[in-house]
Amino acid sequence: MSTQSKKKPFIGTAGIILFLSIAILVVFVAFPVILILFNAFWAKGEFNLVDVVNVLREPDTYQALLNSVFIACGTTIGSTIVGTFFAWLVTRTDLPYKNFMKGLFLVPFMLPSFIGALAWKMLLSPRAGYINRFFMDYFGFEEPVFNIYSYYGIMAVEVMYLFPFVFIQVCGALERMDPTLEESARISGAGLFTITRRITIPLVLPSILSGSLLIMLYSMAHFGTVAVLGIENGIFNIPTLIYERIHQSAGSFAAIRTGTVLATVLVVSAAFIIWLQGKILSKGRYQIIAGKSFRPMELKLRGLRYPLLIFCLAYIGFTIVLPTAVIFMVGGLKTYGLPFTMENLSLDNYKFILFDYKTTKDAIWNSVSLGLSAAVITMFAGVMISYVIVKMKVRGKGVLEFLGMLPFSVPGSVIALGVILAWSGKFGINLYNSVWIILVAYIARYMAFSLKANSAALEQVHDSLIEAARACGATMWQSLRDIVLPLVKPGMFAAFFLIFLPSLRELTVSIMLYAPTTRTIGVAIYTLNEDGETVMSAALAGIALVIIITGQTVISRLTGASAKG
Amino acid sequence: MSHVRLVNVTKRFGAVTAVDNLNFTLEKGECFSMLGPSGCGKTTTLRMVAGFEDLDDGEVYVGDRLLSSPAKNYYLPPEKRDFGMVFQAFAVWPHLSVYENVAFPLRIRKVASTEVKRRVSDALGATNLLEAANKSPDDLSGGGKQRVALARALAINPDVMLLDEPLSSLDPHLREEMRFEIKALQRQFGFCIIYVTHDQSEAMALSDRILVMRGGVAQQIDTPLNVYNSPANQFVFSFIGLSNFLEVRGEGGAYRLAGGDALPAGLAPPPEFAGNARLSLASRPAEIEFDDAPDAAAALRGTVVRKSYLGEIIDYLVRLGDQTIRVQKVRHSPGPEQGANCALRLLRPTWYVCADGE
Repeated sequence: MSTQSKKKPFIGTAGIILFLSIAILVVFVAFPVILILFNAFWAKGEFNLVDVVNVLREPDTYQALLNSVFIACGTTIGSTIVGTFFAWLVTRTDLPYKNFMKGLFLVPFMLPSFIGALAWKMLLSPRAGYINRFFMDYFGFEEPVFNIYSYYGIMAVEVMYLFPFVFIQVCGALERMDPTLEESARISGAGLFTITRRITIPLVLPSILSGSLLIMLYSMAHFGTVAVLGIENGIFNIPTLIYERIHQSAGSFAAIRTGTVLATVLVVSAAFIIWLQGKILSKGRYQIIAGKSFRPMELKLRGLRYPLLIFCLAYIGFTIVLPTAVIFMVGGLKTYGLPFTMENLSLDNYKFILFDYKTTKDAIWNSVSLGLSAAVITMFAGVMISYVIVKMKVRGKGVLEFLGMLPFSVPGSVIALGVILAWSGKFGINLYNSVWIILVAYIARYMAFSLKANSAALEQVHDSLIEAARACGATMWQSLRDIVLPLVKPGMFAAFFLIFLPSLRELTVSIMLYAPTTRTIGVAIYTLNEDGETVMSAALAGIALVIIITGQTVISRLTGASAKG
Repeated sequence: MSHVRLVNVTKRFGAVTAVDNLNFTLEKGECFSMLGPSGCGKTTTLRMVAGFEDLDDGEVYVGDRLLSSPAKNYYLPPEKRDFGMVFQAFAVWPHLSVYENVAFPLRIRKVASTEVKRRVSDALGATNLLEAANKSPDDLSGGGKQRVALARALAINPDVMLLDEPLSSLDPHLREEMRFEIKALQRQFGFCIIYVTHDQSEAMALSDRILVMRGGVAQQIDTPLNVYNSPANQFVFSFIGLSNFLEVRGEGGAYRLAGGDALPAGLAPPPEFAGNARLSLASRPAEIEFDDAPDAAAALRGTVVRKSYLGEIIDYLVRLGDQTIRVQKVRHSPGPEQGANCALRLLRPTWYVCADGE
């Protein structure tokens, strides 16, 4: 049987979409990364590995590397213990108000860690910190109780705001796990302790490890906390050293070189961590999804129920409420260092920042407009790219799949550095010192979020739905418009907010790219603090918190409602 | 002496009574099935026997040993009950090898290592898994996983085996095979089985006795044959096997099919049903004959509206006034063609009073 089919055009719709998708990823993500690698390995007109080693052997860079690894390890271990413990507590025990507590443990996600670090600096800096002063003034302590400007201070603050990564993963695994896996151990004669040790923990171990690696990845490349708490005492990690070098030497060759070499180390370790995570997840993705849903058994805490509840509440109070309160109170002070009395507190700073102070007004405007533009652009680009990766069968898709992995393994400071290399006029376009360069960097930075949300949504749309539309006579465009887009709308919605909200508090990328008139909220908070304007910095941080928390609440309402309806 | 004994067992979830005043006893070595539609309380009952749910009322015994009794404030946790149990979703531990899965209950009981080896090999041998001992359960098929679960339950050589829809995750062909394997294991090891299923043929094939449940209430406890031949009520009749129900209206001693002819004299309901306005005439499609003698006194008259060949069986749909009735005949017996008028004789007419809303 032979049917006369229409000759396929050389470049069809599919080809155009594929080309566009590849182009976007190349221009925004791959090109800057390649420039970094090129600058790192290509010196004096040749491929030069010796020089790379030399750069890494400089005491400052070597120390920064060690610091990044040390802080990341400490943070990871701490967060894993805290996250797993709380996850177990809210899923597998009869802790009172479990669901409410589960929600509370997610709040640290909303608090940008550099704002947290700022708060802890106010509370625990060796001389001026409120807690240290309190103990020295009233209890006659000779020394400050705790110096936040230290490795342990940095780790503690990072743990406070990063542990939800593990918490979420482990909660999910414990909730999804088939209860009969534990019940069959129980009917085999094992008690709860044995079951937890021999069955439950081994089964959720992949989730625990995957959350831990996420924290490792984040902490290695984390700028804010180390910048606020470390630089004071000469503690640099990779991102802060990159920033320091680029910032101080205004783009000298040596600085760029150190920067690109360090960035390469970050990219490589990020890629390694992501590879390891994929390996653990694919090997350990046990099929532990429940058939029948009977509730899993709960450990009866008995006498410990309320003490543990109080412990959880105290933890939240100490790590969330106290720092937030300090931010708002310091933001209300006339001058930093005054006691918190009624006559010293007012809303004047907040008014000044919102209506009169040009720096902060600009910063808020910049962040909102940058966030909106980046979210819209990245959302649409993400849908298109995910569509090609998940749904289309075209030649050359492999390239796109590889490129699509890239955004996940490129940390913010690397993107910033790459964007500087790419868009400072060397290649015909100079965006340096304008908001556009920040926008370009945001798009690269948040592409991963958009790809993740959109491909998850697209995977839910079964191929047969699209095929049914084609069988009904719809063209590819029509089936996209009438079937696919309406079905992936929730994913796009999610992508938009996953980008818009974090971009409002972005620091790592913006700090490397800002010019005097293009400060973002994060940059303004950070630089005000650096300049000793602690009170203004705190007030702006307070306003940022209000915006973030309001946004987050509105969204969880909206998405909660749309998920139900 | 009865081995497992449930006395007035009741379980409530909030306002819903999931199991209502249930009583039954099991003899040693008996296979006892709990059968019913989903939500009828059969799984909850099994979980109460296992100890995963506590009772709200009543008592559960094994032999002389009390397991649960809210009145006496006594509850033995599942890990102390020494049962074997197999779950629907296999529940074999993916992080342990097949061997370690089966050895787990023995290790918990601190059995000496040579003894563990012997008993695990016995259990694996009985379930044809010896060759898979060192494999990961994830490398086995669904049937293989369920064998691991069975072997694990066998390892402690329990007196009582609790099976919670153990075959419903398997494909139909394997299901039938495993059914006989379970039966063979029972003969070999002599445990008694409490078996939960919604599949009546599974219950029929395996059990010595069947408990049919509905809405938490026991409908009938009897041998498979009796449950099929003498259903205690209309629900049991409809739940077991194929069934026809014809609605019959009674008025002043005369009966007629709802929306159809008067009932032939030979088919009148027994005297104890007299006086009911609405009756239900139950029959099984296989227990209906096409009657050749056109003036038979007990025959219902109708028209064949559909005749379909289902392989060995011919399935007829016959219209009787406004109602229809299914008739099944084996292939070699000739019957009327589609569209033909016919007369039907019910071999075992069974009568029920129509409950309201049914």
